[in-house]
Amino acid sequence: MVGLISALIMVPLVGALALFTAPARNARPIALLFNALAALDALVLWQHFDIRAAGLQLIERHTWIPAIGAEYLLGIDGLSLLLVLLTSLIIPFAFLAQRMDRGFCALMLIMQSALYGTFTAQNFILWFLFYEMSLIPAFLLIKIWGGENRDRAATKFFLYTFLGSVAMLLGFLGIYLARGSFDFATLAGLGKNGLLRGNLAWLAFAGIFLGLAVKVPLFPFHTWLPDAYESAPTGVAMVLTGALSKMGVYGFVRLLLPLFPNEIRILGPWLLALAICSIVFAPLAAWAQSDLKRMVAYLSVNHLGYCMLGLFAVAALPVGAAIDTQAALSGVFMQIFNHGITAAALFYLVGLLEQRRGLRGIGDFGGLMQRTPLLCGWMSVAMFSSLGLPGLNGFIGEFLIFKGSFATAASFTAIAVIGLLVTAIVFMRAMQALFSGPLAESCSVFPDLLPREKIAIIPMTLLMFAIGVAPQFMFNIFNTTVVHMARLLA
Amino acid sequence: MSRWIIDHLWLIPAVPFAASLVILSLPNGRQKSAAVLAVAGQIAALVLSFLAFLPTLQTPGFRAVQNFNWFTFGDHALRLGWLLDPLAVVMLMMVTLVGLCIFVFSTGYMAGDKNFARFFAYLSFFSGAMLGLVISNSLLLLFICWELVGLASYLLIGFWIERPSAAAAAKKAFVTTRIGDLGFFLGLLWLYGRSGTLLFYDGGNGCLESAGLAMLGASATFIALLIFCGAVGKSGQFPLHVWLPDAMEGPTPVSALIHAATMVAAGVFLVARVYPVFSLGAINGITSSLTVVVWIGVTTALMAALIAIAQADIKRILAYSTVSQLGLMMVSLGVGGVAAGIMHLLAHGFFKALLFLGAGSVIHGCQGEQDIRKMGGLRRLMPISFLTYAIGMMALSGVPLFFSGGWTKEEILHVTAHWPVSRLPYYFLLVGVVLTALYMTRQIIYVFFGDRRAASDHAHESPRVMTTPLIALATCAIFFSIVLTPAWPWLHDYLTGTAARVELVRLIQPTLFLSLILVGAGLALGIWMYRKAGVQERQRPADTDPLEFAQPQLFRFLENKMWIDEVYARTIIAFSWMSARLSDWMDRHFWDRLVRGFGAIGQLLGIFTTNIDERGINAGVDETTVGTRGLGRLMSAAHSGQIQTYLSVIAIGALALLLFYAWLA
Amino acid sequence: MTPTLQLFLVISAALFSIGLLAALSRRHAIFILIGIEMMLAAANLNFIAFWRFNSQSQPPTGVMIAIFSIAIAAAEAAVGLALVIAVYRHYRTTNVDHLNQLKG
Repeated sequence: MVGLISALIMVPLVGALALFTAPARNARPIALLFNALAALDALVLWQHFDIRAAGLQLIERHTWIPAIGAEYLLGIDGLSLLLVLLTSLIIPFAFLAQRMDRGFCALMLIMQSALYGTFTAQNFILWFLFYEMSLIPAFLLIKIWGGENRDRAATKFFLYTFLGSVAMLLGFLGIYLARGSFDFATLAGLGKNGLLRGNLAWLAFAGIFLGLAVKVPLFPFHTWLPDAYESAPTGVAMVLTGALSKMGVYGFVRLLLPLFPNEIRILGPWLLALAICSIVFAPLAAWAQSDLKRMVAYLSVNHLGYCMLGLFAVAALPVGAAIDTQAALSGVFMQIFNHGITAAALFYLVGLLEQRRGLRGIGDFGGLMQRTPLLCGWMSVAMFSSLGLPGLNGFIGEFLIFKGSFATAASFTAIAVIGLLVTAIVFMRAMQALFSGPLAESCSVFPDLLPREKIAIIPMTLLMFAIGVAPQFMFNIFNTTVVHMARLLA
Repeated sequence: MSRWIIDHLWLIPAVPFAASLVILSLPNGRQKSAAVLAVAGQIAALVLSFLAFLPTLQTPGFRAVQNFNWFTFGDHALRLGWLLDPLAVVMLMMVTLVGLCIFVFSTGYMAGDKNFARFFAYLSFFSGAMLGLVISNSLLLLFICWELVGLASYLLIGFWIERPSAAAAAKKAFVTTRIGDLGFFLGLLWLYGRSGTLLFYDGGNGCLESAGLAMLGASATFIALLIFCGAVGKSGQFPLHVWLPDAMEGPTPVSALIHAATMVAAGVFLVARVYPVFSLGAINGITSSLTVVVWIGVTTALMAALIAIAQADIKRILAYSTVSQLGLMMVSLGVGGVAAGIMHLLAHGFFKALLFLGAGSVIHGCQGEQDIRKMGGLRRLMPISFLTYAIGMMALSGVPLFFSGGWTKEEILHVTAHWPVSRLPYYFLLVGVVLTALYMTRQIIYVFFGDRRAASDHAHESPRVMTTPLIALATCAIFFSIVLTPAWPWLHDYLTGTAARVELVRLIQPTLFLSLILVGAGLALGIWMYRKAGVQERQRPADTDPLEFAQPQLFRFLENKMWIDEVYARTIIAFSWMSARLSDWMDRHFWDRLVRGFGAIGQLLGIFTTNIDERGINAGVDETTVGTRGLGRLMSAAHSGQIQTYLSVIAIGALALLLFYAWLA
Repeated sequence: MTPTLQLFLVISAALFSIGLLAALSRRHAIFILIGIEMMLAAANLNFIAFWRFNSQSQPPTGVMIAIFSIAIAAAEAAVGLALVIAVYRHYRTTNVDHLNQLKG
């Protein structure tokens, strides 16, 4: 089934064009239709994916610009497939989150296509193209349809991430000039024995690290995030946190870890310290927020911090047993997926509250449990999932990350559990303020979950339960990849 | 049959879970079916527990495990499992039995509440989580159920969601216990890392079996202490006990469930379950981790007993008594009396549930009044409640011979007395026994004796549905002692895996007389001190507690719970909140400003290059232009347009040329 | 006094100088034209003089060039006068001081 991946990338682009052939009011249904097609494609991809085979599968390779080593090279392994599935899940969910006009839909579809491309491209030039392609729709969506402060937030978001991208591009040019390849697999093969020598290695490492750290975002490169998420429309915030932030983590796994093992090992404790800062300071900052979106945004930083902790722990410190490496990597992959759906669901629910109230300050609500028990119930599920309650999806990933990192970086992991505690405090505070107490005057006419809202949120929460109780079907996707990667890192 | 129940042990927690789910999905207002479902689920769990109880009687030290693969990460399997052994079974029996009584009581107590169905869903969930906890054969599964118990308690404590204080108490309970849970989590990770498995028993490969324990080595102490953190949180041990009294904000049956059967029992159960880790490498029965357990337990037992003396809320007194009794159990575990601790846990489960439900009945009768100083004289108005409450009080105070609590408490004293490290815990526990008798006497005098006061005017006995569980629990509290006596220590030997024998001689023990004297002293002191409680007496006003009159400062200190909450609020909580604000501030004003600073550097660079452009490069070009233009202007001035001028210039030029040639020639 | 080449050349130079002076200094266009005609005449005189005082017998080339030149001068005078008239019609003046449209 050659061409499946290309089709996956093309479907949303075609959809974006198709939107302009139909009346504007049909934009969202058409976009959803194309989403369904893409999701179908992703499912077929899953079907054809051999879970027992290591390495890339369903490869599509064509020469593109031979002079600079650019190839049209697409392929998936377990991680790519996981992220493709996540994208296929998040984007329709985001489409259901709010009203949107035609331009909005088209930009979302372009972003979707870019995401698919980023997660499947296996050549740097192509990858970078998609990586940047996602940035422009995101910028426009915030800039045009955002809330107050959107200009500032959009510009900050764009400049920040773009600067990071430039640094990364320079880093890669350095690699290309020295080693003459843009192919991920080739470079990873070279990475084991030191890809570059001397200062060039550090410069290239710094550039790529910066680019990815901004995207994730890793403390202290995260300050664009609360502004951007706060100003972004709900649907965009969902995609930003659910799928776009995963590009950074994906980049760490795909590029930085295999390409610069020695550099990471030398900087290990410092990188871990940054991850710990993400884990501890971000939820503390979230605690002090009064805006719900900002709060959730900061918690996103915290959750991605766990991913970074797991990755740095396996890559940075003298490698532990295979079980720990595998646990950490599996945990990171689970966390990527879990954070995607949970954070998107949280933004969705905050969006629902905002639609009803017009405001989204933590003090603007009160006693909602009496008026909208269903909304509160499902929102609690998302919150408990986010704080890592066992039985829900968040726990699985966090448990494995902690399991894997504890073996190699016990002291860092011990500090990181503070993050778990503060996250709990943040959500407890939010629940107390929103759900309990006497019913606030301003909330007394809220409708409970409407049918169309139920359609969006209930499958997501059921998925959270499913992963939390019987996660094997998720592990099947990437287990072989994990074993393969762990062997490479060892 | 026994094989079947071992294979299907998971049904015991699954039935209440399923009941909970079904109730939640019922349309609102199906109150009757909700109650029926919940009670039926509990009865089913009780029956299944009894079925599970039977095979364990066959051989002493029976143990059966059933493990399964939860998921595979990489190429490693993470396995969970369930376990049937005497410890699990007695907990199952106690939780289901006490739970059933509480469920039945709740149908009466909560009647008319608009969220009646949801209450039973939460209750079933709570019970299911606890049952899952006790049959776990994996520390991870135990942790999972542990957290679910925490969630259930959160939901139930904050059940009356429109009360801000209930929501605050629920939050406090969740967060405080989570602090301990994080220690537990780290201990779990550490244990997993060292032994490579989280299964307790796995045919010789489990982490509690000799091979697994051997791999722990010196880290066992730290692992045990970290796991103990979890127990400290859940079982309300000092310094994380602060949530337990606040948990009284929940409906009274919830308090009964939390304080008797489920939540707080979990901590003690946990320590008992992973006891091999605690006692690993013990010399003479002492390890550093167990010593810590003892001292934490002693501190808690004594502190809570003292605080209980000065409380006015009927449920708070019971709450502190729970904290104190849990301390007692911890001491017992710490000094090596695992069986004694668990026996006290079971006995405590019965009589504390009885006391809480009795308190619920009293509160129900007094239209929600909880202040004991406003009650009084209820003896005649609520005779059944009074009698059952008195039985519970006797059991809690440790009156020997007829009440279960007496036997277990005595056994704990017995093992504590023989602790080789220090005699101090023993003496402190003796003081605790006196204090327990004292505050329970105080409570019962205030509530049931003396004259009627404000709240007891319209008091009435509770309906049959509420008194029946009281009677059942009271019966349990008395008849449970049959299996506890030293003459036929059936339960003790069942738990320790030896065959029980009857030896009447062992009934006569020095500690028996000692505790008889101490309890008697406590009761007498209580009666003497509080005989005129609530009554005007010389200079003392009626609403002033006799102790308050005698020692106002001491009373104030105890009444305010030794100001521990206030100290926490001013230190830890204030510090956390400060750091939260600081993080936010740092984010906005430092990190962001740093980034903007880098941006500003870029801007400065821009200004600099602009200047170079404007002043340097552009200036040169500009000057050239100006010069060219000036030259042009100059040249154009020569082109006056006067044809004759041009002609003259040509003529002069020609002439000059001519002259030049002439000169050349 | 026998006529010599020098004499004619001197006369011719004087005539040319007078014409040039007229062309440069007169303000009226007609006079300028006349000056130009005078310079032409001086040139013609030179042609004939050089031809006449050539020692070898030759075809009358000098005369013929002079006759050509006179014819062309006539044509030139006609064009010049026509220009003057056109200029006058356009600017209402024939004073060359005012005709400075060529200035840079």
